[in-house]
Order: sequence, then structure tokens, then C-alpha cells
Amino acid sequence: MQMLGKLSWDAIPLNEPIPLVASGLVAVVGLLVLAWVTFKGYVPYLWREWITSVDHKRIGVMYTLLAMVMLLRGFTDAIMMRAQQALAFDAPGYLPPDHYNQIFSAHGTIMIFFVAMPFVIGLMNFVLPLQLGVRDVAFPTLNSVSFWLTASGALLVNISLLVGEFARTGWLPFPPLSELQYSPGVGVDYYIWALQISGVGTLLTGVNFVTTILKMRAPGMGLLRMPMFCWTALATNLLIVAAFPVLTATLAMLALDRYLGFHFFTNEAGGNVMMFMNLIWIWGHPEVYILILPAFGIFSEVISTFSSKPLFGYRSMVMATMAICILSFLVWLHHFFTMGAGADVNAVFGIATTIIAVPTGVKIFNWLFTMYGGRVRFTTPLLWSVAFMVTFVIGGMTGVLLAVPPADFVLHNSLFLVAHFHNVIIGGVLFGAFAGYTYWFPKAFGFCLDERLGKIAFWFWISGFYVAFMPLYVLGLLGMTRRMLRYDVPEWHPWVLLAGFGAVLILCGIIVQIVQLVVSIRNREQLRDVIGDPWDGRSLEWATASPPPVFNFAVLPNVEGEEAYWGIKQRALSEQRLGEEPVYEAIEMPRNSPTGFITAFFATVTGFALIWQIWWMVMLGLVGAFATFVVFAWRDVVEYEFPAEEVARIDRERRRARAAALPTLRQPT
Amino acid sequence: MTDIATPVPGFQGDPYKIGHRHHGRAEVGPASTRIVVAYGFWLFLLSDIIMFSALFAAYAVLAGSTADGPTGRDLFETPRVAVQTVCLLLSSFACGLAAVAARLRSQVWTQIGLLITGLLGLAFLLLELQEFANMIAAGAGPSRSAFLSAFFALVGCHGLHITLGLLWLGTMMAQIYVKGFRPPILRRLACFSLFWHALDIIWVALFSVVYLIGAHT
Amino acid sequence: MRCAVLLALATACSGCSSVGPLDPQGPVGAAEKLILINSLAIMLTIVVPTILATLAFAWWFRASNTKAVYRPDFVYSGQIELIVWSIPILVILLLGGIAWISSHELDPAQPLDSARKKLEVQVVSLDWKWLFIYPEQGIATVNQLVVPAATPIHFSLTSASVLNAFFVPQLGSMIYTMNGMTTQLNLQSDRPGRFHGLSSHFSGDGFSGMSFELQAVTDGEFDRWVAEAKRAGPILDENAYVALSAQSLDERPAIYRGVVPNLFHSIVMQELAPGPGPDAGSPHPVAPIPER
Repeated sequence: MQMLGKLSWDAIPLNEPIPLVASGLVAVVGLLVLAWVTFKGYVPYLWREWITSVDHKRIGVMYTLLAMVMLLRGFTDAIMMRAQQALAFDAPGYLPPDHYNQIFSAHGTIMIFFVAMPFVIGLMNFVLPLQLGVRDVAFPTLNSVSFWLTASGALLVNISLLVGEFARTGWLPFPPLSELQYSPGVGVDYYIWALQISGVGTLLTGVNFVTTILKMRAPGMGLLRMPMFCWTALATNLLIVAAFPVLTATLAMLALDRYLGFHFFTNEAGGNVMMFMNLIWIWGHPEVYILILPAFGIFSEVISTFSSKPLFGYRSMVMATMAICILSFLVWLHHFFTMGAGADVNAVFGIATTIIAVPTGVKIFNWLFTMYGGRVRFTTPLLWSVAFMVTFVIGGMTGVLLAVPPADFVLHNSLFLVAHFHNVIIGGVLFGAFAGYTYWFPKAFGFCLDERLGKIAFWFWISGFYVAFMPLYVLGLLGMTRRMLRYDVPEWHPWVLLAGFGAVLILCGIIVQIVQLVVSIRNREQLRDVIGDPWDGRSLEWATASPPPVFNFAVLPNVEGEEAYWGIKQRALSEQRLGEEPVYEAIEMPRNSPTGFITAFFATVTGFALIWQIWWMVMLGLVGAFATFVVFAWRDVVEYEFPAEEVARIDRERRRARAAALPTLRQPT
Repeated sequence: MTDIATPVPGFQGDPYKIGHRHHGRAEVGPASTRIVVAYGFWLFLLSDIIMFSALFAAYAVLAGSTADGPTGRDLFETPRVAVQTVCLLLSSFACGLAAVAARLRSQVWTQIGLLITGLLGLAFLLLELQEFANMIAAGAGPSRSAFLSAFFALVGCHGLHITLGLLWLGTMMAQIYVKGFRPPILRRLACFSLFWHALDIIWVALFSVVYLIGAHT
Repeated sequence: MRCAVLLALATACSGCSSVGPLDPQGPVGAAEKLILINSLAIMLTIVVPTILATLAFAWWFRASNTKAVYRPDFVYSGQIELIVWSIPILVILLLGGIAWISSHELDPAQPLDSARKKLEVQVVSLDWKWLFIYPEQGIATVNQLVVPAATPIHFSLTSASVLNAFFVPQLGSMIYTMNGMTTQLNLQSDRPGRFHGLSSHFSGDGFSGMSFELQAVTDGEFDRWVAEAKRAGPILDENAYVALSAQSLDERPAIYRGVVPNLFHSIVMQELAPGPGPDAGSPHPVAPIPER
């Protein structure tokens, strides 16, 4: 038994039906999918075309898929929590505390790290090189490593469902509760290693994308000619590079406390709990901007495209984005005004926080004036965007309210706070992700998503969101704190029930989204995007075919104005012909590599072994990772040549489709 | 689906009409691989330095929390640390010489330079391990107090970087030996020297903040 | 529809706020409610027009509306930029002023203005119950807090184990309790009454059971209660404290007729070991569901 460290049969929750059945179901579904894939003979295809792919578009799609699958998991947790609270008025409810506490911890962790993060990173992955007019990100293989490390973290979180337990400390493991003395189980260890592994992946993504944006742009694409999404992505990735190392260091300190008896955050020997709070929020506050900024970028693209106008106040928007990027590092203390830091400190951080509302407000107004004088087409992405603008100002308002320290003194940690951050994360990040998903789906797969079902899903989501979260504001004002297993205040009960009903509406929205995907795939021929520009787009991703060829652009576009593709398109429309056919040359593309997958495999092994303290397996994992590194470094041929004739054939096909479509498009008057 | 609106009449290419069409130098498209790799690695080093600064901050916060245990004054041996510092600085110098030799495409001198780099790094590491072993044997291990936790984590993290650097160095030497001075190898060598010099810079900060200040207050 | 929801919420809120910070029963809570409402009102003056403008612009400029003028070149306007930057700045200046002044006036450590002598209460959060020590009276209670109404109460707070937050929503400010540290809080109840109190920072499996009742009583009743408390019940010495610091769920209110001197100080200075936590080892320490 020593061979397996702390692992034994006790780790399987045989006496707890809910996790057992749930994890069993997940395992069975997973095995069925694997079996089906194997039986159909798809494994070699998946290995060749997806798992080992270093193509930023494929990796982006896989990130998004991961986010959607994990969204289902995180949402299941949410429904279970809502059900527990609905039942637990003056009653124990159906969940024991240790299970309930795992559920809300997992819900938060999953939604932030394995839904929101992969969703925005996936969209950035897919879109950035296309918008910048280049063939790939700066480090394609590293990109694959990043993705698989994120997937490895997600896998560890899901393994905790069946083997052992997850953290019971909330989505941020505040010590001393998360220290060995008060959390002796493996839950916090699952949390630590899942986040460390995926955190490394995220950090590498940040390095990769900053380099891509600053050093890899099409000729003529000056920084102030980049689409807004590229700017917000730049800000986000700068934040990742600056903030994630702090998370790594903080979790490493917690791990040292738990594994080797260090005293960073313990009660004994001079450990300092307040230091954890400061460190985790120095990462944590930028993190929320890491999530929201790409969403801002998506809304900018969507609102501009569907208003048939350039983005209003582009330079102002750039300034606002970078201001948010910097300010986000100066406000972390507002997460613990109630620690008793003193009036001056609280007031300074409170005011600093409210200042962030200025650039954010500017953005809202600029979107407003982008629509002004436009021709607004009410497609699904635009609906998400308008809903975002309305919802987000409410969330922003409650956020500023919480930034006033005395208001926070009565609302901190209450359901008002929970309502606030769901208001901005669902109403901001998730709506943005859905807008981006619908907007770029045809670019990724060559056919649009069904609009009618998309709109039905939208209306379920938006009404579900309001019904689920507005009552939480009320509950917060009624003094209900977060994470309660049960309660006996009768005034709270009806609002809790109402919030539960809202969650059911959201569930309907999710079901319709799944149906939408299935229906769209089935009707893909009718929904086909032939010319590669289904929305009358303005930036370079719409200049290439849908789906784009592996090399994105047969020749790198020459950017001559702020809206690179719009200019080219207008000229083509007015002259009724495309530009001269370019001289096609062979293209060097990076070869696929299993490095990412193998690294992540060893990372998972090492993480699992660390969680259960199986030291020989830890060594094995580390040696394996190093060996992978050496083998990868040793390979000689890292690129292959895409022949010129093939490039020409693919691009001529695209030009033919475009030329054929030209007369059918409305002309400039 | 192809819902195409009327495009802009009289489109000029500068819809903002605020006259910033000519900004900065001309953009010539994606930078060369050499630039991109070095740039990316710099960013990575920056993030690494941020991680160290979190550990430095933790050390600064906990430096006084000795829990009635030994303080830096009782523990730090300045002569040993001075020798360590010399080892590391010379190692960096040797690494610089190796880079010069690589530019001259001299296999022998590059290898010699890297070997000296590695040996001096190893000497540094052994001295550090000996210091740790002595402290732990004297009952001043990381579990003794928050101050010592922060000390071991900060110095140990630097030591861990040196260890990984040595592993990388060994791989690097083997690659240069087998593959010669190909462009990818030269890029990696450049990254390695960046890494090694950055560790020097961190050590200088560590030496001043932890050992110098710690031994005299 | 959204407006209707908001409206419904607003009316519902005003109708049913017999608990929570919207129904304050003391000066601190009242001041905080005022700040809450003032800040909200200031922000609503731009938030509501913004929401309306969003919906109006989107609707009026819909592609099918032939009456709307299409202005694709309207992409920059210095005046509008000036306005969109200055409106939020003005609002923030106003709110920043409120934040600065109110942070100082309502600093939890700030003693309350009152001619009456304040009552000292020492608060210790334990796994998972509250210990209240009355150093001047020499008694202590668990999960029950009796104080004289209209009298300022000065709380000194610490934790015997993990982080918690002490919160009586109707009286105002919450504050963290942390092991090895003391935080300060000043509250007052205007009139006699019973108020719901709770821990508002998650602290583990028994967290939801950390609710208590704060009874504000008249001076005479308070004196009688103290005298009665001194007559019966056990004494809280160090052994009793160690027993109490073990994890337990849903503790019933209890009274100690005596407390060893400086108990609070010993807890803060960690002369008494922090709470022991659960029994180590088992990955699934099962906490029983309490009977209600």
C-alpha cells in the first residue's frame, strides 16, 4: 500500500451515491466516446489532425470545446447548489456539508480556470493570427503545450470527482482553512496541482501571444491599425505575463506549507494569513480583467460589424483598454476592506477601484456611438452584445458600489457580491464568449450556426440570467451571506426559490445551444459560408476562406488602412474585380508535434502522484517530462514546405468564389 | 446569411480622418525567427522575475517572524556567500565567453566555456546545498519559523533555477557537439545565456536583500 | 421585461426588508444604508440613461428602419470623446469624495459618539461557534450575545482557528476574525430587539451553523441578565476552552458564569494553541447532518 502513497480504496466514495453516480456517469460517457472513436477508426485521424496539431485554429477550437464541456460540469455544480439552497430552508437539504462545500469550490474553480479562461484563450488563439494577417502564432508548438497543460489541469479536477475529493475551501483556498491542519484531505492538493499545471500553460500562452502581437503582424499593420480585439488581447496577455507568476508563487508557498511543513500562511511560527490574501488578489484582480478584456474586444468587433460602421473612437478605446490594464494592478485590496486595514488604506483602494469605472464607461459610450448612425443588424452575436451593454452597466454599478468601503462593510461576502461578479462574468465574459463563438463559428467550420435557435437560446439565457441573479442582489441586501448550506431566515426563502427557477431557464438555454449545434451541423449545406465573409466583416479574418487553409493567407495581406479588409473589399466592389492574382510561393509551415500531448501526459502523472504523494511516480513523471524536452529539442526538421502549386490551387478556388459573389453584393454608392 | 450592407461611400482608407496614417516606422511584416525567439524568451524571463518578486515580497513580510528562533544574523555565513557569488559571476563570465566562441564557430572553445560555466554553477549549487544541510542540522530548517520558510523558499527557488539551468546546459552542450552551430542551436544558446545572466541578476538582489541586510540587522 | 424585473425587485425590496442592512437598527448601519442609497442614486443618474440609450440606439438604427440616417463616417468626434470621458470622471469624483469621507467616518475601529460608557465585548470565532467574553462582567457566552440597547459596544475580535467574519447585518459593519491578530469593531443598537448574526466568511463544514442571536435589551434587563448569568453555569478556564475549541456543529447558546482573566489575550498571543481541526488522515471526514 505504501507503494501508492496516500491512495487506497477509501479514496473512492463508495458510500456516497451522488459523487459516485455522477463520476461513474462521466466515466461511462467518456469511455463510450473513446470506444466509438476507436471503433470508427477515428483515432489516427484525431491524432494526426488534432491532438498533435500545432495549427492555431485547431488549438483554438480545442480550447473552446474544452471550455464548453467544462461549462456543463460547472453548470451541473451550479444547479446542485441552487437545489440545495432551495431545499435547505429550515431543513438539511440533500447534500452533506463536505459534499456541498466541494461543489461550490469546484464550481468557482472550474468556471474561472476551465471555462472562462479556455474560452477566451481559444477565441484569441483562433482569431489573433487571422486578424493580424499572419500564418500562425509566434511559437506554435508551445501553443499546443499550453493547451494540453490546461486540459491536464481540467482532467485532474475531474479525476477528483471519483478518486478522493476536491477542495472544500472555496474557489480561492484561504489559509489557514486550506492548511494541512484544517484540510487534511487531498482536496486542496488537487486544487493546487490542477491550477499549477494549467497556470503554466496559461503563462506560456501569455508569452506566446504578446510576442505574436508585438512581433508578428502583416506588412503595414501598425499597432494603431490593429483591430480592437487584438488590442484587448494584447492587454490581456500582458496581464497574464505579469499576474500569473504571482499565482504560481502563491500556490507554491501553500504547497510548501502543506507538503514540507513550511510556515508561510499557518497559524503557527509566524505565518501570515493576510499575506496570502494580498498575494492571491494581486493575481486575482488582474485575472478578472484578463477575462473581461478579450470579451470587450469581441463586442467591439461584433458591434462595429453589425452596425456596418467602423468602431467609434478607436484611439479612445485603445487608451481605455491600456488604462484598465494598468489600473487593474492597483486595486487588489478592495477584496478585503473588511480586514480592518484602516481608513486611509481602504479609502485609497476604494477610490482607485472606482477610477476603473472611467475607462470602462468610456468603452460603453463608444459602443453606443458605434451603433449611432449605423445600420444595426439584429443577429445573434449582436443580441449578445446589446444584452451585454445593458447587463454590464448594472454589474459595473454594483461593482462601484462595493468599492465604496462602508457599503462593502455590509455587503462583502454576501449574495450581493455573488450577484455582482456573476453579473459581470456571465453578462460580460460569457456573453462575449457566446457572441464570439457565433460570430467566428462560420470562419472556423465553413457554415453558420442556426440563427433562429441561437436567438431562442439567447432569450432563455438572458431571462434566466436576470431571474437567477437579480434575486441574489436582494438576498445580499437582506443579509444573506454566500456559501450557506442551510438557513432559517424565512424572508430569504422565496428569493432563493426564484433564483433556482432562473437556473432552470439557463439550463433550457444551454439545451437549446446544444440543439443549435446539432441542427446546424446537420443543415450545414444550407448554412454554408461560400465566400468566407458571411457578416460583411471588416478585419482580415474575413479576407480568407471559411474554413481558412492551414496557412491562413496564400500571400500575407498588405495593410493600408485601419480596417484592413474593409478597404480591400470596397475597392473590389467598386471596380467589380479582385486585385491582381499574386505570385504564389511555397510556404514553410510548422510540422505537427506530439510534444504538447506527451508533456501534458507527464504533467498529469506528476500532478496525480504529487496529490497522492506517490514519490516514485513523481520522479517518473519529471524524468519523462525532461526526456520529452530533450527529444523535442533534438528533432531536426521542424517545418515542412507547402508547395506553391497547392497554395495556388487553394487560393484560386477562394478567388473564384469571391469573384462570382462580387456582382451579387451591394455596391458602394 | 450574406446580409451585406451598403459599404461606405467615397471610402478613403482612413475612416477616422484624424490624420494618423503615417505613424512610426514602416511595418515590414513578421519579424525574423531570431528576433521572435529572443523577444519571447525575454518575456518569459520577465515573468520569472515577477515570480521571484512575489517570493521576495513574502520574504520581506516574514523576515521578522522568527518565532523566537534563529535570525539571519545567527545563521548567515558571509564568507561562504561571497564565494558563492564569485562562482556565479565567474560562471556568467564564462558563459559570455562561450557565446563569443560560438559566434566565432569554435566548437572547442564553446564547449570549454560552457563546461566552465557548468562547473562553476555546480560549485555554487553544492555550496548552497551544504549551507542548507548545515542549517537544517542545526535545527534551523524551513519548519522552524516563517522567516526560515521564506528564506528556504526564496533561495531554494533560485537554486532550483540553477539546477534546471545545469540540465539545460548539459543538453545544450550535447546538441552543439552533435549538430554544430545551426541557427536553431545558436538561438537556444542565446536564450540560455539570457537565462543564466538573469539568474545572476536575481542572485545579486538575493545577496543584497537576504544575506547582506540579514547578516547585519 | 428587464425593467419590469428591476421594478419588481425594487418594490419587493422595500416591502420585505425586515432583515439585513436595508433595515438598520443602529447608527452605523443607518449611515451605511444612507451611503449605499446615495451612491446608488448618483450612479443611476447615468446608468439608467445609458441603458435606455443603448436600447433606443440599437432599435432606431436597425437596418430595416429607412427613416434612420446612415452615417458610416461618423467614427470620431472630439466633443463626444470629451463628454464620454468627463461624465464618468465627474461621477467618480463625487463617489470618490463619498468613499474618502465615509471610509474615515465609518472606520470600524472608530469609537462611536456617545455620552454613555461603552460595553467591551471580546469575540472569538471557533470551529464552528462564536465565543463572546464580557471582560468587565467576567462572564462569557457561546452563540448568544446580549447587550444593552443605545449603548456603544466595542468589540475586540480574534479567531481560535480559521478566518471568519463577524456580522450582524442590521447593526452594520462586518469584520474579519483572524488567528493571532485582533480586529476592532464598534456597533450600537438604537433600541431593544433581537437581531440575526452570522459568520460571513466561509470557514469549513460547520460554517452555516455559526449563526447567533444578538439581543439588545434595556439597561435594567441587561444587569439582571448578567446577575443571573453569574449564578449558574460552568467556568471557562483553560481546560474548558480547549474542550470548546474542538470542532463541533450547531452549538446551542450557552453561558459561562466565570472566565479566567486574560483568556482573550492568551488566545491572541497564541499561548493557547489554535483549534485542532479535524482528525487527520481520512479523505472523507463525514460531518453528520444535524437534526433541526
